Amino acid sequence: MASSYNAKEEDGQLSGAAGSGGVGAAKSKKPDNTAFKQQRLPAWQPILTAGTVLPAFFVIGLIFIPIGIGLLVTSNNIKEFEIDYTGSDPASECYNCSQTLTWNSTKPCICKVPFTLEQSFESDVFMYYGLSNFYQNHRRYVKSRDDSQLNGDKSSLTNPSKECEPYRTSDSKPIAPCGAIANSLFNDTLTLYYINPNGTESVVPLIKKGIAWWTDKNVKFRNPGGSNSNLTAVFQGTSKPVNWRKPVYELDTDPENNGFINEDFIVWMRTAALPTFRKLYRLIEKKNNMIPTLQRGNYTLEITYNYPVRRFDGRKRMILSTISWMGGKNPFLGIAYITVGSVCFFLGVVLLIVHHKYGNRNNSAEIPN
Amino acid sequence: MDCSLLRSLINRYCAGEENWVDSRTIYIGHREPPSGTDAYIPQRYPDNRIVSSKYTFWNFVPKNLFEQFRRIANFYFLIIFLVQLIIDTPTSPVTSGLPLFFVITVTAVKQGYEDWLRHKADNAVNQCPVHIIQHGKVVRKQSRKLRVGDIVLVKEDETFPCDLIFLSSSREDGTCFVTTASLDGESSHKTYFAVQDTKAFHTEQEVDTINATIECEQPQSDLYKFVGRINIYQGQDEPIARPLGSENLLLRGATLKNTEHIFAVVIYTGMETKMALNYQSKSQKRSAVEKSMNTYLIVYLCILISKAVINTAMKYVWQSDPNRDEPFYNQKTDSERQRNTLLKVITDFLAFMVLFNYIIPVSMYVTVEMQKFLGSYFITWDDDMFDSELGEGAVVNTSDLNEELGQIEYVFTDKTGTLTENSMEFIECCVDGHVYVPDAICNGQILTGTVGMDMIDSSPGAGGQEREELFFRALCLCHTVQVKEEESVDGIKKGLQPCGKSSSVYISSSPDEVALVEGMKRLGFTYLRLKDNHMEILNRDDDIERFELMEVLTFDSVRRRMSVIVKSSTGEYYLFCKGADSSIFPRVIKGKVDQVRARVEHNAVEGLRTLCVAYKTLAQDEYESVCKQLNTAKLALNDRDKKLAEAFDVIERDLILLGATAVEDRLQDKAADTIESLHKAGMKVWVLTGDKMETAAATCYACRLFHRNTQILELTTKRTEEQSLHDALFDLSKTVLRHCGSLTRDTLSGLSHDVPDYGLIIDGATLSSVMKPTEEGSSGNYKEIFLEICRNCSAVLCCRMAPLQKAQIVKMIKTSKEHPITLAIGDGANDVSMILEAHVGIGIMGKEGRQAARNSDYAIPKFKHLKKMLLVHGHYYYIRISELVQYFFYKNVCFIFPQFLYQFFCGFSQQPLYDTAYLTLYNISFTSLPILLYSLIEQHVNMDILKRDPSLYRDIAKNSLLRWRIFIYWTLLGLFDAVVFFFGAYFLFDNTSFTSNGQMFGNWTFGTLVFTVMVFTVTLKLALDTQYWTWINHFVIWGSLLFYVVFSLLWGGIIWPFLNYQRMYYVFMQMLSSGPAWLGIILLITISLIPDLLKKVICRQLWPTSAERIQAKRQCLSVEPSTIFMLSQTSSNISF
Repeated sequence: MASSYNAKEEDGQLSGAAGSGGVGAAKSKKPDNTAFKQQRLPAWQPILTAGTVLPAFFVIGLIFIPIGIGLLVTSNNIKEFEIDYTGSDPASECYNCSQTLTWNSTKPCICKVPFTLEQSFESDVFMYYGLSNFYQNHRRYVKSRDDSQLNGDKSSLTNPSKECEPYRTSDSKPIAPCGAIANSLFNDTLTLYYINPNGTESVVPLIKKGIAWWTDKNVKFRNPGGSNSNLTAVFQGTSKPVNWRKPVYELDTDPENNGFINEDFIVWMRTAALPTFRKLYRLIEKKNNMIPTLQRGNYTLEITYNYPVRRFDGRKRMILSTISWMGGKNPFLGIAYITVGSVCFFLGVVLLIVHHKYGNRNNSAEIPN
Repeated sequence: MDCSLLRSLINRYCAGEENWVDSRTIYIGHREPPSGTDAYIPQRYPDNRIVSSKYTFWNFVPKNLFEQFRRIANFYFLIIFLVQLIIDTPTSPVTSGLPLFFVITVTAVKQGYEDWLRHKADNAVNQCPVHIIQHGKVVRKQSRKLRVGDIVLVKEDETFPCDLIFLSSSREDGTCFVTTASLDGESSHKTYFAVQDTKAFHTEQEVDTINATIECEQPQSDLYKFVGRINIYQGQDEPIARPLGSENLLLRGATLKNTEHIFAVVIYTGMETKMALNYQSKSQKRSAVEKSMNTYLIVYLCILISKAVINTAMKYVWQSDPNRDEPFYNQKTDSERQRNTLLKVITDFLAFMVLFNYIIPVSMYVTVEMQKFLGSYFITWDDDMFDSELGEGAVVNTSDLNEELGQIEYVFTDKTGTLTENSMEFIECCVDGHVYVPDAICNGQILTGTVGMDMIDSSPGAGGQEREELFFRALCLCHTVQVKEEESVDGIKKGLQPCGKSSSVYISSSPDEVALVEGMKRLGFTYLRLKDNHMEILNRDDDIERFELMEVLTFDSVRRRMSVIVKSSTGEYYLFCKGADSSIFPRVIKGKVDQVRARVEHNAVEGLRTLCVAYKTLAQDEYESVCKQLNTAKLALNDRDKKLAEAFDVIERDLILLGATAVEDRLQDKAADTIESLHKAGMKVWVLTGDKMETAAATCYACRLFHRNTQILELTTKRTEEQSLHDALFDLSKTVLRHCGSLTRDTLSGLSHDVPDYGLIIDGATLSSVMKPTEEGSSGNYKEIFLEICRNCSAVLCCRMAPLQKAQIVKMIKTSKEHPITLAIGDGANDVSMILEAHVGIGIMGKEGRQAARNSDYAIPKFKHLKKMLLVHGHYYYIRISELVQYFFYKNVCFIFPQFLYQFFCGFSQQPLYDTAYLTLYNISFTSLPILLYSLIEQHVNMDILKRDPSLYRDIAKNSLLRWRIFIYWTLLGLFDAVVFFFGAYFLFDNTSFTSNGQMFGNWTFGTLVFTVMVFTVTLKLALDTQYWTWINHFVIWGSLLFYVVFSLLWGGIIWPFLNYQRMYYVFMQMLSSGPAWLGIILLITISLIPDLLKKVICRQLWPTSAERIQAKRQCLSVEPSTIFMLSQTSSNISF
């Protein structure tokens, strides 16, 4: 009875001319039976059980420990020498310079720091200067630059970005390069002398090219006026940063290393991540295979002490380091790899025990269910 | 009525406002009434323009923006954005402005597009032509130009352009047929009646001469309520007043059927039509997940504020030394120096807030919205929930509650039409204790337990014969069934062949009535039709008997009965009344009450629906007084319903009992299986029905709500008559608690075999006394005791419930102290209140119309679909969205905490760690798609297993995946990962070079390194959580990592001319050119992922959830013996 009633009702609907609710409409309303719409897409359903994860832990352990050892060995093979020449200690050579110096003093102060290398540095040596307690990552500092001015944009040269304040104009002339970063350019000059066994000093040749990123030197930093070598004319009408002794076009005599594309300047402009940092200063290239780049023995570091750090308890360092494929001396990565590898291995063992001890219990407990 | 009361109040206080009156007067055809009538106050009505669109071209931008920023999250981001604009903040306004702009734009475009569609639809509707009568001629007009008072001509299959009062029809009897399918989904044809005094006006010219006014209430939204009065002026006489009811009112949106044309007069236009008034959206329901999400947001807001406060404080401590605050290399500008200290502190605090604001991500809201919106399509697409008989699948009316489907603790279900088919079959009738069964069933079947059983032809004496026939006639007359003639089949006009019984179909809004009339047909009395107000019956001798239908006292659920008054051909007036036994017996003064009552109870126990029939004869003067009463009630403009009810109450008195009928309502397909599954899933199922106790209890047994070993506790009027409610309640609670005290430990084992579970039966009267607040405090709070009893019952049956009581019960449970999540499911108009009240309302697209489905949050074709809806969809959505919420907070902790740590190394100067592009795109593009996809298609357990093993649903009960413990775990994991990223990079950078050419990296490389590790870790963490890897997952997860790399290469590869800084130039590539960076990235990702991996593995090994056990089992046994499945199948076949 019931079904016949239904059928008749449907017939009745069909006879209606509007045809809504008829068979045609019903068919179109029926959902498509695709795997996606029915949520039945074929799928891989991995389950992370102790059994499946165990091998992964062992594999991680087995891979990480050798890598870690390799890294640690590499790091330990790197020779590094560091000397602090801040001169805060009255006994130290640069004490006088550090005490008398303010950022606007005109008379250069020179001090010499002797040191001894216990081991010879065989491969290329990289010379860094390091600063401590210097907040190059302070927000006010980081943003105080004008990248388009540094990129050689003429209008930015005469009208630097607002971000450069208060180092934007001086004597109502625009500063080039503007901003706090440029203004505080590190201006100590470091010279290295090797003291021959016979007592004479010989200058260790320092190369000042190749210390900045290639892209920075060739793309990001451009002198205004392009290849126009007459930088003096180009920078006409601009003012030097207040802390600088000389204008930007007198940074170097080499036109390829002068103005904005001076590599010391470019290196400084890449703000460091942390308040204690080092920056690449010079390269010491290996001459030939016979002689080590830096022999063991006595050296003198001659510093033209211009950069005041005493007021903010800063420290200045000079670092000599060789470099491997993984960079400078940093045991962290190696130790971390070894630790993680061992922990993984240990966890693997723990999981193995857990798996054996409790895995069976679980399975047996669940079968009666 | 409330409305009109309010309006009259307003009217009284605002005397100047003339438009506000509680009724309106309409002049048909704009004809002024003859002089002498009341002073005419012209009212202004809107034109017939339907405006479903929200915006116009001009106000779109401001209005849309205003509405969007009313959302608290959007407003928060707007504030952050404004702060960035106003003060000097570390990140550019772009970083928060762009996502916000994106979100706002996408939403605006979506809403704008929807509105444009609405405009288009509106225009199509507003411009469609209608025919109106002007000066006796038919004129075509655009629909929007219709005015109140116009006379409209509507032809067959046209849709009514506005709400109309039906004047006359092409049919002789002044009726027309209408389907209201687009209004309430009922596709059956309904009959409407023309006004008695105008139905003779058949042509345009005639209609144009009608001189009448209509007074009716101001529009209200109830589709089924209308009161009005028509005054017809003929010559100089006093006007004739006729009542108008909803049977005269043709609603906009309904379609004219089987009637050539009709004339009708416009009364409500445009936005005042009932259809337009029903557009109003329902109140918003919020899900439990959303609530916990908001709680977490507040937690994170506190974290954010405390971070900002800590950093601000630290900043001032740190820079108290002027050499730190302003070293020679980093001077402040003059304006900065001169700034007020307090202002500086506030600025700094706000700057830190801005720096860390990403911890509350804009994109989470977008993703959650998208997940809900897109995810709900899977419900509509589901083939298993498609019913081929109805031709419809599930319908999602709101996508906000998807995950709530996985949290249901209480299910409130209607019985008729929900648990049962609501397709009725006439089983038997009982006249004065003699049982009659239709011959079709009677043959070859022995009915046991019927003492006075008679076959149809063996009539018990002459007096009995007479009463028997009166009974059959009563059933043939007392109904509102229509006969649908198959007139258009082959041109034969309604052939009333005496033998052609099958050529007509009975149609009624109530299946009971159809079953009864059809049953009568089998017993020899065929109802033929209603013609000229005469009901025609074909009796056993094939004679046509004609009864004039005088009045119909329509059925309503409060009275639970209906009556007709007919005048037989011999001029006698009869009142036939049929209704539930409880509403008939008290009104009976004569008849074999006891025999009938015994039979009724017997049938009720069998699970049959019973109705009692009674009659009384009316003398002429009695009839006239009845008429008068009814008419005055009908003519009343205010409180008409109440007055009608009073009139009915007076009229339906002193009846003579004739007998009773029994109709079977079959259980729905797999109802028992579904109920069992819900029980196993830990849900408590309550049946709320208007039926009587015995019938309802039988149904409950049949659908396995009660088992044989269920101990039934009764709390009915019968019991409370014996002892006071107070004692009864305390007795019950004692019984329940004694047993449950010892059993609470095992409740989780869930196997109901050994636990003596309780079922409670309560009826409406007792319930209302329980709910009544007690006067004296000494007796304690009954409600609490009742709730305590209910809590310990696995199933509760509430019978004899009025619709409003259903909602009260739902509300009572909803607001009880555990605040359980409730679901109400029903199919009829009487379930709407509880559907709206419950957390989740589900409508069944039943035979009793579509009101329930329309008002529900989800509509499904059959009760059995509830199982998949809850156990599969609900479970999935809950798992998905909880992971979505937790993951979003996790990934933003990872994102922001390194920034916080970095402040300790940059002098608390608010220096951001990451570049602006990374800050902006992290949540929008680098990490957004994988989690969105996860939240759409993740399946931790197979669909079939979820269906087969309902106890898995208990895994996620009580919002278990968003508990504080788990939230804290995710947050701590985020913190750990953030610390690993930051300090990993820190030690890698620690005062050394890590390139092979000795060159140094700057702060942007540092940030990029942290960011790269983070993007990879966060994405891989999600990969570890994904347990259902389709090709789309692979594509999106690996694709988004690849996108990050490609983007970074591009972003750093070019000097972007529109940027005023080039800080990222070649940073990413330089980083990748360094070996230790690679090694560091791999190392840090590994370290970050290991703890979570370990936790997962160990938890699974030692404390597996049942879902994880199932997964393990699936791995062990590739072919699982589906014993559980088979068991559940067989158990559903064995019905009670």
